[in-house]
Amino acid sequence: MSDVVLRMDQVFKKFTKGERHDSLRDMIPAMVKSMLRRGPKAQDLKNDEFWALQDVSYEIKRGEAVGIIGHNGAGKSTMLKHLSGIMRPTSGRIDVYGRLSALIEVGAGFHPDLTGRENVYLNGVILGMTREEIRRKFDEIVDFAGLGDFVDTPVKRYSSGMHARLGFAVAAHLEPDILVIDEVLSVGDYAFQAKGIAKMRSVVESGATVIFVSHNLGAVVGLCERSLLLKNGKLLLDAPTPEVIRTYMQQISAVRSHTGDKGITIESVSLGDEAAPRLTFRPGEQLEIKVSLRASAPVRKVSCVLYIKDKQYYTIFNASPDRLGASLLDLEAGETFSYTFALDLHLAPGAFHVCIALLQHGTGRVLDVVEPAATFLVESDVDLGGAANLYPRLEVSDERQGVSAVLTRQAAQS
Amino acid sequence: MTNNLASLVKARDLLYMLTWRDIHVRYKQSIMGLFWSVLMPSLIVGAGVLVRVGAAQFSGTKITAEDISSVMVRAVPWSFFIAGLRFATSSLLVNSNLVTKIAFPKEVFPISAVFSNLFDFLIATTVVVIVMFATGWHPTLHALWFVPLMIVLIALTVSLSLILAAANLFFRDVKYLVEVFLTYAIFFTPVLYPAKMLGEWQHVLMLNPIAPLLEGIANSVVLGEAPDAFWTWYSVITTALLLWAGYGLFKRLESKFAESI
Repeated sequence: MSDVVLRMDQVFKKFTKGERHDSLRDMIPAMVKSMLRRGPKAQDLKNDEFWALQDVSYEIKRGEAVGIIGHNGAGKSTMLKHLSGIMRPTSGRIDVYGRLSALIEVGAGFHPDLTGRENVYLNGVILGMTREEIRRKFDEIVDFAGLGDFVDTPVKRYSSGMHARLGFAVAAHLEPDILVIDEVLSVGDYAFQAKGIAKMRSVVESGATVIFVSHNLGAVVGLCERSLLLKNGKLLLDAPTPEVIRTYMQQISAVRSHTGDKGITIESVSLGDEAAPRLTFRPGEQLEIKVSLRASAPVRKVSCVLYIKDKQYYTIFNASPDRLGASLLDLEAGETFSYTFALDLHLAPGAFHVCIALLQHGTGRVLDVVEPAATFLVESDVDLGGAANLYPRLEVSDERQGVSAVLTRQAAQS
Repeated sequence: MTNNLASLVKARDLLYMLTWRDIHVRYKQSIMGLFWSVLMPSLIVGAGVLVRVGAAQFSGTKITAEDISSVMVRAVPWSFFIAGLRFATSSLLVNSNLVTKIAFPKEVFPISAVFSNLFDFLIATTVVVIVMFATGWHPTLHALWFVPLMIVLIALTVSLSLILAAANLFFRDVKYLVEVFLTYAIFFTPVLYPAKMLGEWQHVLMLNPIAPLLEGIANSVVLGEAPDAFWTWYSVITTALLLWAGYGLFKRLESKFAESI
């Protein structure tokens, strides 16, 4: 026996888009119609079909933590549903060796009228635990969720954060051989997310295999050495996580969405040197962001706002030319204009997004917005949390030894 | 098949919890819970008594306590059957977020839907037993036939539930067909009247696999007679075939549930 715990071998999955007949009332006339029509029209159906997964093959070994990255609709969820056995492939083979638990939704099956205690049992058995197992771990689960006295309150009175915490707490106590997680960390406050990631890391360290799907690139980097990049149902890249994220980010910049033409549009946003755009930076480095604009109609008093957001799309910084001393922008139809912002990246390691919005000064009307316009990674030798980098230095006074040492680890300089 | 059954056995805790949830939520939400469980059987008994009184008037005989008991012991299993079927038909759609998100044997939904109605059934049965004792019922040993006959009825309900729950997932209007069907099915089943009332046509009525079960229950519990062997075996075999076919169909369609819901 090799130590492969999960294998997908040339997996294809066909989906049909468009209208499905989901009532007999619709279907029987449709069947009669198609019988009467017959002939070359049989080809019509094929047009509605598309590959949700196309020739996907990979292996995962015991103890590996693998991230799955891709845009919405790339096939991530479909892939997870195949791994967990909810869906079967159109062709190809999927082999799973060991107990696999899939966490595709936090708190699945919670019933609002039941109490927290009752829902722990219900959710636990739904996720594959036995009642005996839950009884043993019950206190630990409630403790992890931080519910306190609310354990006998109906779940419908819980805040959404409590709801999510309880759901994750149950799931975190599963002890599977293979744990598949989809986006569960996008809920809860920061402290709980950190707790969740720590729990998952301990799952990995205990020798279990983890498959992790997330838009939270920072979490993927922190947890998974290897990642798979999916695009339109195809496995584009199977490589170490940093390399996969780099490829993914280059694609993000390519598919940004505009809100439609309202007189002025953002033509391009580039980081650093336009010829060789960079994706990773060290803390303290300077980042140049060039924004090019084009007017299709005369516009007056436009403010170009730059946002830096963290991986949760929470704004950690914003600035605009008018607040930096420049005048508001007036453009005639067909004119172009560009700004270059220079920033010092006093940021903690992680993924950050650059977003640009064009606002009508005074009314605040949004003329164009690109989110994210670009994404960059801050990499550092020191592991720090949060968004800001306060360059911590540490003095350790160990009185038992009678020595005092100052440890200075400046979080990198270029 | 053996693999499927093994995974169903493994999911017994889940089956228990889902059944418990349905019962618990139903009784938690309404003080009417207990009343609710005897309401439908009471209405059926009322209708049955009316039919019996009409028949007695027509033939010039008198209605007896046995006639009323006979209606009661038929009405309670029948209302279990229709409530179970109705509940199970929509069970996959009601739990659609679990069907699409989590992998486990999906037959736990229709099965637990049927089982949760057993609770109402037990309450109604208790009421019937008390009423029958109060009206001078002397059970014989044959009354024990009630248990195996009910087990067959439960199995029959489960088998139809599996088929209808799967069908309703693909065709949403199956639910309405089931409603219409169940409303009128009582006239094609010996619930309000005994099968022998149809004279030589009673054998046609007995082709309905529930008919021999209800007849058997009424005969053994009220009249103290053994159920008719031929028709009971007919029901058992039909149920076994339906269960095999229903389970097979359900498992075959199961992998398409998540993408079709």
